[in-house]
Order: sequence, then structure tokens, then C-alpha cells
Amino acid sequence: MTAPQRVSYRMESTLESVNKAEEMADQQAARAGLDEDTRSGVSMAVREGMINAILHGNAYDTNKRVNLSFEQNGRELIVTISDEGRGFIPEEVPDPLAPENLLKTSGRGIFLMRAFMDEVRFRKLNPGTEITMIKRLQGSELDRQEAST
Amino acid sequence: MSMKASTRQVDGVTIVDLSGRITLGEGSVVLRDTIKDLLGKGQKKILLNLGDVSYIDSSGIGELVSAFTSVRNQGGELKLLHLTKKVHDLLQITKLYTVFDVKDDEAGAISAFAH
Repeated sequence: MTAPQRVSYRMESTLESVNKAEEMADQQAARAGLDEDTRSGVSMAVREGMINAILHGNAYDTNKRVNLSFEQNGRELIVTISDEGRGFIPEEVPDPLAPENLLKTSGRGIFLMRAFMDEVRFRKLNPGTEITMIKRLQGSELDRQEAST
Repeated sequence: MSMKASTRQVDGVTIVDLSGRITLGEGSVVLRDTIKDLLGKGQKKILLNLGDVSYIDSSGIGELVSAFTSVRNQGGELKLLHLTKKVHDLLQITKLYTVFDVKDDEAGAISAFAH
């Protein structure tokens, strides 16, 4: 089995970091062998996670940083984003698909992360929030090993 | 890639040709300013041509919704034209595809505005 590969970045709370993270996510997804549509979904989920951390979490505070990491283990691509903000309760975010919320101008970020990733988890930090997003890799090395046994 | 917006008039309808990305930051601001400017001039029949828009994020979706409601609140109409597959899929999963009036051909879209 492939040894897990993990890269981590400590980034400033700027819009530039959001764009940079999106590009890195696309490169990571390409390295994981994902097709173009899936790659695009993964990079959008990472972009939304970064917006969540920088805009809603750290509120563009230049003294606060965002930690971003990508891990590949041959079976999954795992993305972790953490901020140093006030934190929030994910269950309290209104459903953007509810008829009364359809015309709201914000509140779709977490929904999009969930739409494009296989698993999205939130963990409260002190201070801040950590988001872990997982994309399972079809035809992964482990799948091939299991298929051959 | 940043976003660019240019406008033209056809039969009383303002067509806004957008290209690039409608995302948090510059892209969303360009769209917001364009709509504000058009409404300020009393141009309330607006067709947003998204044929060259490669990408929209949650902020861009919010800006499209904001444009739609701003125009409607002033008694106007806003329609979308030429969605790329990526943008089409995004509006589908967010259930906004049925909220917006989406058109595939420009002439048909223009004649669909109330005259």
C-alpha cells in the first residue's frame, strides 16, 4: 500500500490564500487521479472551506492564520482546514434548499462542500473550527488489492 | 482570471456579456456594480450572458440571487443565457435553476421579455 503523503500550509487570512488553496486542491486531486469533473468539485469544496475559515472564521484578521493540509493514502484524499475564529455550530446553519432560504444571498458554502465531497466533518477548536473533508478515490490501490484477493 | 462585463442593447433589453469567474472578491463586485449601474439608469430588462463564465462559487451564486431580487424589486426582469455545464449543474444542485429564467438562445430570450 502507498505510504500516506501529507502536506500542510499555514496561510494568511486573505482572498489570495483562498485562490491559492483552490489551485493546490486541483493539483492534489489531479495527483490522486481524479477526473476533471471530480477535481473541479474537490477544488470548489476546498475554496468554500477556505472562504468559511477566512471570511466567517477569521474575518480577514491579519493576526489569525488558516491551516490547510492535504493527505493522500491511496484510498482517500483528506483535506483539513482550520481557523482561529469564534467558531460556529454547523447544525444551526439554515438549509439553503428550503424554499424560504432559496433567495438568500449567502449560506451555501457548507452545502457545496457536502455536495462535492464524500464526507465533511466539523470539530470545535479553542479557538476556531476544523473542517475535515474526504474524497474517496475510486479504483484506489486498496480496491485493486482487495479485488485481487 | 478576473471577470469582465460588457453591455449592449437589443430591442430594449440590456445584454450583459460576462466572462471569467464570478467568485468572492473582484468577480462578484463587477457583477454587483454592473447591475447597480444599469438599475440606476432605469434599464430593468437585463439578460446575463454567462456563456463565457467558467466558474461560480457560493459568493457568485449569492451575487446572481442578489441581482435577480434587486431587478425584480424595481419591477424589472432578469434572465440568464447560455449556461455552461458547470454553472448549469451548480444551479441545479442549489435548486436555483427553476428560480431563474434560463434561456438557450439570445433571440428567444429577448422576445421573452415583457414588451
